[in-house]
Amino acid sequence: MTGFKAVFKREFKSYFTTPLAYVFLVVFLFFSGYLTFKQGFFEARQADMSAFFMNMPLLFVFLVPAAAMRLWAEERKTGSIELLFTLPITVRQAVLGKFFAAWVFMFVAMAMTFPMVITVCYLGSPDIGLLIAGYVATIFIAGGFLAVGCFFSALSNNQVISFVLSVVACAVLVFAGMPTTMNYFSTFLPAGLVQAISTMSFQGHFDSMQRGVLEFKDISYFIILIAGWIAATGVILDERKAN
Amino acid sequence: MIKIKELKKTFGSIVAVDGVSFEVQKGQVLGFLGPNGAGKSTVMRMLACFLRPDGGTAEVCGYDIIKNPIQVRQNIGYLAENVPAYSDMSVGAFLNFICDARGLEGKRRNELLDKAVAMCHISSVYHQTIETLSKGYKRRVGLAQALIHDPKVLILDEPTDGLDPNQKHEVRQLISKMTEEKCIIISTHILEEVEAICTRAIIIAKGKILADSTPGELKTKYNCSLEEVFRKITTAKVA
Repeated sequence: MTGFKAVFKREFKSYFTTPLAYVFLVVFLFFSGYLTFKQGFFEARQADMSAFFMNMPLLFVFLVPAAAMRLWAEERKTGSIELLFTLPITVRQAVLGKFFAAWVFMFVAMAMTFPMVITVCYLGSPDIGLLIAGYVATIFIAGGFLAVGCFFSALSNNQVISFVLSVVACAVLVFAGMPTTMNYFSTFLPAGLVQAISTMSFQGHFDSMQRGVLEFKDISYFIILIAGWIAATGVILDERKAN
Repeated sequence: MIKIKELKKTFGSIVAVDGVSFEVQKGQVLGFLGPNGAGKSTVMRMLACFLRPDGGTAEVCGYDIIKNPIQVRQNIGYLAENVPAYSDMSVGAFLNFICDARGLEGKRRNELLDKAVAMCHISSVYHQTIETLSKGYKRRVGLAQALIHDPKVLILDEPTDGLDPNQKHEVRQLISKMTEEKCIIISTHILEEVEAICTRAIIIAKGKILADSTPGELKTKYNCSLEEVFRKITTAKVA
């Protein structure tokens, strides 16, 4: 626990000692607001945030890997991984410490979208449950992408390679569940397989969660996905930390 | 305090460490000598539980490096060759992170932190970011990091590399002061350093131990300076 806390604290603080956090937050807040209003927030004449949440998976496909790419690639590039793993810290503590620090940073980013909530509440009477479900879904999708990003960051000591691989992996996970992709698959794949691809994708689970239905299968999907990628990160680091 | 038995490590087809065995007791300062690529750093990295050996075992303070790596790491202070640190942190924040990682808390933490800062003469750069420090100061911060928890075993990979003559002298004095209550392994290319502070010297080349004796005995045996002894042993037996 000591190791986890130490890594978490250092990592979380490091976001704010470098320009990374500020650049990330500005870009994220700008585009989350811009896309919401561009896609007809006012025209819809509904006091809800569906226009805001629907953009999150696409926005996160690019932004979350940008926040995650340095997590391990930088440690390996600068050699500080040798310091970290000669301290009494296990690989598991270090991986979890870094992952949760990045995830809490995502919480901060999401919390800073509060003006959107205030706007919706000012303009009408939104379903608060729906808003909370939307935020929970977004946090889970950020966690899923972060776990993918962690894995690819551990895989290469080059941050650009980590970023590109993470974006591709996250995009596959999102686009596999998009209606257009599903329609295309259904032209040559059996219905069962198309359904399986859809179940494996982020999009379906995210959509059902942000509609306000917090089902066990959706939450467990994200938890299993995060745990799987994090475990894979641990295995990769154990094997390749000195390479 | 350190027992190494038939330690082996290969990187692909390259045999970095080939059956190295030795023991180091409390009160000994072991100088680990050898040409570049001899396997010195690899042995040290295995002792610090960063690399997993392909064969053989080692014990530090009674703990096995494969079975109990965390206990081993708790008992050693390790300074790696390239002095890894988080360059975006200030010296103070970095040392506090090391204290957090080592579970040092309360009054003892403050005492140990103050002691390490004073010993390594880094109080003037305490609030400075590590990336802005000179090579010498970076190395001193690395030393402070290795000493902060007052470990029983110190493993220092080229601790005086990049230091000016005054700083080298200070570090040697620091190591000499700690000799009695600790077990220290240092790797170095500076042979005068071995004569000044080491009670024992091991010469290693191509992953094998070629000589294990005191610096004085080596000089007497070969009837020449330590530098010549080093050249004779590493060029003759390796060729």
